[in-house]
Amino acid sequence: MIKLEHVNMSFRGNQILADINLEIAEGETMVIIGPSGSGKSTLLRLMIGLLKPSSGQIWVNGREISGLPEDALNEVRKNMGMVFQYSALFDSMTVGENVAFGLRQHTDKSEQEIADTVEQMLTMVGLAGQQNVMPGELSGGMKKRVSLARAIAINPAIVLYDEPTAGLDPIMSSVIDRLINDTKKMLKVTSVVVTHDMPSAFNVADRIAMIYDGSIIEQGTVDDIRRSDNPIVQQFIHGLLQPDIRERR
Amino acid sequence: MVMMFLEKIGEQVIGGLENAGRIMMLFIQTIGRLNHANFKHVIRQMAHLGVDSLLIVKLTTLFTGMVLTVQTAHEFIKYGAQASVGGVVAIAMGRELSPVLTGVVVAGRVGAAIAAEIGSMKVTEQIDALRVMATNPIAYLVVPRLIACVIMMPLLVVFADVIGTLGGYLVATLYSNISSYTFLNSIKVFAEVSDVTGGLIKSMFFGGIVAIIGCHKGLTAAPGAEGVGKATTGSVVTSMILIFISNYFLSLLLYR
Repeated sequence: MIKLEHVNMSFRGNQILADINLEIAEGETMVIIGPSGSGKSTLLRLMIGLLKPSSGQIWVNGREISGLPEDALNEVRKNMGMVFQYSALFDSMTVGENVAFGLRQHTDKSEQEIADTVEQMLTMVGLAGQQNVMPGELSGGMKKRVSLARAIAINPAIVLYDEPTAGLDPIMSSVIDRLINDTKKMLKVTSVVVTHDMPSAFNVADRIAMIYDGSIIEQGTVDDIRRSDNPIVQQFIHGLLQPDIRERR
Repeated sequence: MVMMFLEKIGEQVIGGLENAGRIMMLFIQTIGRLNHANFKHVIRQMAHLGVDSLLIVKLTTLFTGMVLTVQTAHEFIKYGAQASVGGVVAIAMGRELSPVLTGVVVAGRVGAAIAAEIGSMKVTEQIDALRVMATNPIAYLVVPRLIACVIMMPLLVVFADVIGTLGGYLVATLYSNISSYTFLNSIKVFAEVSDVTGGLIKSMFFGGIVAIIGCHKGLTAAPGAEGVGKATTGSVVTSMILIFISNYFLSLLLYR
């Protein structure tokens, strides 16, 4: 479904990602963990074509996207949704208009059909009846849920989550985790979740890849990662102070 | 020391040329996507960018027409040329003052608003959200604003011409003791249709400048509140400079 082959990414001479090889199967939830600034979000942005790699190939649904022009990329993106770290809701639109955005842009559905889908999506994320509220009036957790409703409204095959639980209280984090799992079950989507929230990672992951200093240093099932003998992985998942992996970067 | 100075100048020139290239690229991309314009968005932008600017444009040109008459009427009367005042005011308003002042007002009000709105969208990842949802930001954001500005500027200038000349008429008749007939007849004798149409053509260019510069500054805003602030200021300053420069060349082209 998604495949990265020897992907490198540099920004103004700084190597952000080095020789990334990763394969995410259809219907799988892959969680990418790693310290802040390790290149996790860059990896996610590469998968949806917001950034182009310096070298390497990225395959999405069997199509190599790293060299595609914007219009061709848009065809690939019509099958993808993304939940942004800070939600990125359109603040000049209501919640309902945000969720309806993709449907209005890319489908021939009638306004009634769109309204029904919006209602259904908002009900699914626990925000039924909030169509006319402006994003500025919502809490962080509610914004994340609207962002998820917007991402899945067009019925995508792939959903990308950028730090979906960052800045949320533990209960709201669990709500978001449950929504990620529900979305996977109900819509059969392939999910890629970038996070450094380990309880959340273990809750939603089929497989986990740890990225450190721009490289993937470990990948496997939740049990594989828990049992990893890599000291950096162990330190990260348990939040230990020693050894100081930041000093080694 | 000299080398450092030259390097600094070189950097500035290269930076300026790069910027000009990016603005030109945005303009070309926008023109290439004009057929993707969403009618509803264009109408919304026309109301927002055009109709909402009407009051300030009318106020600016009313007082400009008034002060122009105060300054010219006294001198013209001294030389017995009061029969020329109406024509001079109408021609000055139509050819230069209305389009340029409307352009400056719109650059300050609309250009700043465009840069601030799009800049805020950029720093809060809303532009990325558009791209993720397979929506081209140029087609969605820039095209409606360019069309709205190019259509609304001449309409604003028509109002500016009328109100500016009316301001001149009021001062001429009520303050400078020039009869109503003399003022209006002077306009009829001296002013030509091309004085107005030339100004309208110029204003379309100015509208295009305001829209493209505002969008460019917004789309390239640096992260954070400071980035949005700089984009907004930059939009106003660059638009005004380009309006003044292009006005000179357009005047040469249209009136020689």
